Amino acid sequence: MIGSPDVVAFTKEDEYGQTTPDPWALPEEFSVPLHPLVDSNPWAKTSYAKFTKDFILISEFSEQVGPQPLLTIPDEPKVCGTFDLNYFSLRIMSVDYQASFVGHPPGSGYPRLSFVEDSRVVLGDSKEGAFAYVHHLTLYDLEARGFVRPFCMAYVSADERKIMLQFRELSLRFSQASECLKAGNRRAFAKELQRKLRDLEYTHSVLQREEGLQREAGPQCMYSAHAVEKANELANVEKSIYEHRDLLRQICSYHHRPRRDPHAVTCQKLDEGEDEGGKRRPSYTPQLIKAKSPKCFDKRLKTLAELCDNTFYEATVELLKETERSFRGDLCYLHTRRLDKALRRKQRMTNFLFEEDLGDDDEDEGGTLRPFCAVNHAVDNFTLLSPPPIVLGPEPLELDALEPPDPLDPASGTSHTQESELGLVESHLESSPSDQTLETQGSSEETKGSFSSDKSGTGLAVRQQNVACMKSDAPDPDPDSDLTPDPDHNIDLERESSSEEIETTAGEDEGDGTPVSLLEVVSELEASREDECDGLTNGACEMQSDLLVPLDTACCMAQEGFLYEASAPEAVPRPGQSSHLQPCQTPVVNQEPQALLHLQDDYTVGSPSSQSPAAGLELPVELLGDADSRTSVGDGFDCTMSASTGSDRAASPLGYGGVVTLRQRKKAGQGALRFVRQYPFAMQALWCLLSGRTLVVLGADEGMVRRLVAALALFVPGPGKCGEKVQAWLSCPFTLTDLQRWKLIGLQRVASPVGSSMLYSLSRYSRYISILDADQKTLRCPSYRGQLLAKIADHRTYIRRGSTFFLHLQSTLCHLAAKAFLFTFTHHLHLPVSSTEGPKVVEGRRLCFLQEQLGLGEEDSQILLYLSQLITQQYLQPATGGRASATCFSFNYTTSVLYKI
Amino acid sequence: TSRRSRGGREKKKSPVLCIGEEQPKNWFTELQVLKGHFDIVRFLVQIDDFRCASAGDDGLVLVWNVETGERLQELRGHSQQITAMTTFTCENGPTSHTSLITASSDRSLSLWDPDTGNRVQTISDLQSSVKCLLVLERLCVWVSGGEELCVWNTDFQLQCQRQNQSDTELPKNCVAAAVDKEIVIYRLTVSTDSSMSLAEIHRLSDHQDRVRALINVSDGLFASGSHAGELILWDAIDWNILGYEHILWEESQACSQAEIRLAAPKPSESVHSHILAAVGSGLYVYSIRTKTVVAYKKVAHDSNVLHTMLLSDSELMSCSEDGSVRMWEIQDLPLPGEPASPGFFGMWTFGRSNKQTGLPSKKVADVPPHIRTLELTGDLIGHSGAVQMFASFGENGLLTCSTDHLLILWKNGERQSHLRSLALFQKLEENGGL
Repeated sequence: MIGSPDVVAFTKEDEYGQTTPDPWALPEEFSVPLHPLVDSNPWAKTSYAKFTKDFILISEFSEQVGPQPLLTIPDEPKVCGTFDLNYFSLRIMSVDYQASFVGHPPGSGYPRLSFVEDSRVVLGDSKEGAFAYVHHLTLYDLEARGFVRPFCMAYVSADERKIMLQFRELSLRFSQASECLKAGNRRAFAKELQRKLRDLEYTHSVLQREEGLQREAGPQCMYSAHAVEKANELANVEKSIYEHRDLLRQICSYHHRPRRDPHAVTCQKLDEGEDEGGKRRPSYTPQLIKAKSPKCFDKRLKTLAELCDNTFYEATVELLKETERSFRGDLCYLHTRRLDKALRRKQRMTNFLFEEDLGDDDEDEGGTLRPFCAVNHAVDNFTLLSPPPIVLGPEPLELDALEPPDPLDPASGTSHTQESELGLVESHLESSPSDQTLETQGSSEETKGSFSSDKSGTGLAVRQQNVACMKSDAPDPDPDSDLTPDPDHNIDLERESSSEEIETTAGEDEGDGTPVSLLEVVSELEASREDECDGLTNGACEMQSDLLVPLDTACCMAQEGFLYEASAPEAVPRPGQSSHLQPCQTPVVNQEPQALLHLQDDYTVGSPSSQSPAAGLELPVELLGDADSRTSVGDGFDCTMSASTGSDRAASPLGYGGVVTLRQRKKAGQGALRFVRQYPFAMQALWCLLSGRTLVVLGADEGMVRRLVAALALFVPGPGKCGEKVQAWLSCPFTLTDLQRWKLIGLQRVASPVGSSMLYSLSRYSRYISILDADQKTLRCPSYRGQLLAKIADHRTYIRRGSTFFLHLQSTLCHLAAKAFLFTFTHHLHLPVSSTEGPKVVEGRRLCFLQEQLGLGEEDSQILLYLSQLITQQYLQPATGGRASATCFSFNYTTSVLYKI
Repeated sequence: TSRRSRGGREKKKSPVLCIGEEQPKNWFTELQVLKGHFDIVRFLVQIDDFRCASAGDDGLVLVWNVETGERLQELRGHSQQITAMTTFTCENGPTSHTSLITASSDRSLSLWDPDTGNRVQTISDLQSSVKCLLVLERLCVWVSGGEELCVWNTDFQLQCQRQNQSDTELPKNCVAAAVDKEIVIYRLTVSTDSSMSLAEIHRLSDHQDRVRALINVSDGLFASGSHAGELILWDAIDWNILGYEHILWEESQACSQAEIRLAAPKPSESVHSHILAAVGSGLYVYSIRTKTVVAYKKVAHDSNVLHTMLLSDSELMSCSEDGSVRMWEIQDLPLPGEPASPGFFGMWTFGRSNKQTGLPSKKVADVPPHIRTLELTGDLIGHSGAVQMFASFGENGLLTCSTDHLLILWKNGERQSHLRSLALFQKLEENGGL
């Protein structure tokens, strides 16, 4: 533990008014408002929000009921508290859903599917105290208006900065989730199309047969009204078949389209089976399609899970849950944790001593994100084959985007801020062009892209668009309604955004343009509604619409127009020229706190390290980072040696069979604190553990012994991934081999003959062990008079919380590990500098280093020497084959004394 | 007649000798447990500077690297316990190659190559199992002793044989063999056609009890020890008794259980002035020069001593059934007039010997003017069973084997730490930094 997220220093007002930035000053992220509101937690920026924790919200813009929330992650009602999800869904959904459209593009005979790239928007509602990263996506639904169903996933937080600073990561993770959903949706859509095609073909054959019958019946019937109707119907069915075939072709060509979205991730191996889906189709009984339109509001819309193959849906939810977990905690916490991780990666050599396992995070380091969602990918919906797992991976583009700046480039450090800022702007621009397949759309897409990217930066523009959208989506088109936004509402908006000056000013800059576009929009909209109504009254048109279930091509066309028109006034913001955009970008993460700069120096022994000194600047993207996700594994407890008496096994998480997690260790911190406060000889016990002398905790009560062991395990250097060096409960006499294996043993005190042999082993090996008698409250161990541990084993400590104590001792232990590392790898402390030097000189130098430079007494030196031994062994391990060197057991012959309470 | 046929021993009531936890002279501060055997490990034979072979009741012979603790070879072939093991170095041309000869209760003898783990030669269906092995390197032959004495050449061809029990090499191609209470001297003659013959030339019957130990002290001396605690130093040329010492241990077990074990520095090593005799749980240092016991510890261990070794003129080591290895130093008494302060020596040396003054023991009663003491300088506790044997590798460490199926490699922690540090910097250099 290098950083302590729990410990945040107060800022102090500088009396003299510094002019030059102090490199040691706390970065803003860690600072606390100088004059916090009365009665409020200075750290809680969420105090005025109506929800307590961040959550993920999935909403849909339903064509029947408008924006509606679908689910939240975590899926508990208390998460959002009194927060109005419906209102918020309205806010977030009204931003962008029209960006996607389907319809007859001008000059095209068939309806076109657009492969809409997702859009990413940050918006806030300061009245609600809610800010959100909103990720819009559209899913295909054959029965939906324009074949599309707009959805959005939002990460809702009360802390705007958190969202802005985590934007890139949020975007990445939500892109993955979205890609997962969309991949499933494409499958489902293709399936649906195929089924529909069969229906149509069947209907066609039925109609043909009827027509044939009519023809046979005689020419007189040929021109009857009925016959004409039938012929029309047949023609329509034929047209519909062509259209559906085309749609199917389009959806299957999904992967062949070029993609320019750097945030997009691919969901591999998903759609492979689709092309041959038609051949493999299982027995499906085609149905006759009635030439009658189902009422738009009668039909039941598919649920999200139905839209995307269920397995994909579940995988997405898992991904989002994971995302929610990894973003828990406030910005400062996230920041410190990442810092901590980044630094720990550099200290691989000593991490094994006291740090919990970093897990598979190594893999992300290169910038590759590899979440494995165990989705069963069935080539066929109806037969479950043994499926390859879905692998979500970023596209190569992504790699480049995330690559840390070239460490050798001297400019990269200084220009980093600007670079990433530009990069971000660019990525915004690139992320938004929504449709890459329609060659006819060229220019309009450009503008559209800029439009939505603009929104992501400018709050007010978004809001005004919101207003526009809310208006435009009002269920009944009232021509008399206000064409301009409600003045009250507008003022309200202004007031809301007063906290965000930037946005307000940005809004003012655009003040002229927006109402115009709104006017146009609404008029466009009305026109389209009229068209639609016309279409509905038109018989032929009706026929067509009936056969082709999505009716709203005209509407969609209008919307396209709307978008085009609406975005037209806003020029494509180029990073350099768009002055009002520039300030808006600043909240986006581009710079770590300066505190990092001091920590960037690697220890270099021999040649300089290859690791980039700027690596710390890069926010390491974590996936499985949260220890909580491993808790379930860690709780699994198996102890083959113990003849458990059945008391609470959960008291100790340690033992074979599970990775010791951070959470468990934090929990153990409470026990450690209790131990330190309760036993005046705690320091001696800790010294035994830290200097490598096996500590035996002897007691009759299993629960107590286990708890003690769990607490003390924090002090076992290099306990192993699963705590292999700790034996929480042993009820048989131990042997020398056990002492070699375990550094902390919980031993059952028994009064029977077994007990006597146990005591025999205790006395026989007494020179190798220290004995903590939990019943008598005594400790038998060599005397320790050092000062090093006084800090962490002060029984008058003021620390009251276990987790705080844990962090406190983690930082002390980390400090120790760093010293041990230095000691181990300092050449002249172990080897002669010149040929004339004898071993005595080297030894003298070593002693001098330990005593004078590190200020350690004899017993404190033993700790360092032991840690150094462990580091050496760890370093040598791969070369020497591991087994032999690992089993060495060192000790020394010293007298023990008995400590009592 | 087997050495192994010791019955159950009654527990010693003598006070436990304890050195305490502070052992500044004990530099064995690191240990490594070597696992591999499935039964009692009885024999350790040093192959070269860094290799050692262990063998025991499981019939397995394991070759270890004592520097790393690695198991190098596993020699499988014997179906029953190993009864004797020795190295056999035969200089063939410029290079000498060391092989291992093992004897087992399955009445077979095997020659192994410890480098490859191959069984090079094997003889089975012997009339009896071999109890001891003796290599006569000068003649490039080796002798096996059991119920019969056989002489073999390097190719495992039987040269000649005689009835016998245990043997030691003597000058003039003579072999001394202990047969019950007698020591029989054989002479090995190599005729011109390089055939060998074995002729009994002398019989020494001065021991009152079964001869248990027979060692070669120097070119002109050999020593024997009997079950009753007699130690006789013989002239190897004319078979005269040079010195006779009857070491009497505790009266309660005088006849039945105790036995004598002898140890002396190898003839090749420096000046040999002492013979170390272990009688029961006691240790006696016999000076060849003065022909007297110069230092002793009547109760050196809690139980019978199983193996001893003189590390130098003043340092010795012993292991015992009590599961410990003890290191001793022969020290001059600070004041010859005051043999000991009771607090220092406790009641277990002089106190006890005072009680025995009435017995026909001459040893303790007439204390020679410069008798010295045997001081315990350290003990190694690790095995949970009797320590059968140990082999010292100098500063590389000490290997012990035990009834608990384990071997323990004891090392100098400081030295090992230094070696590891060297290895670390070497690896660092190879890797070009961290």
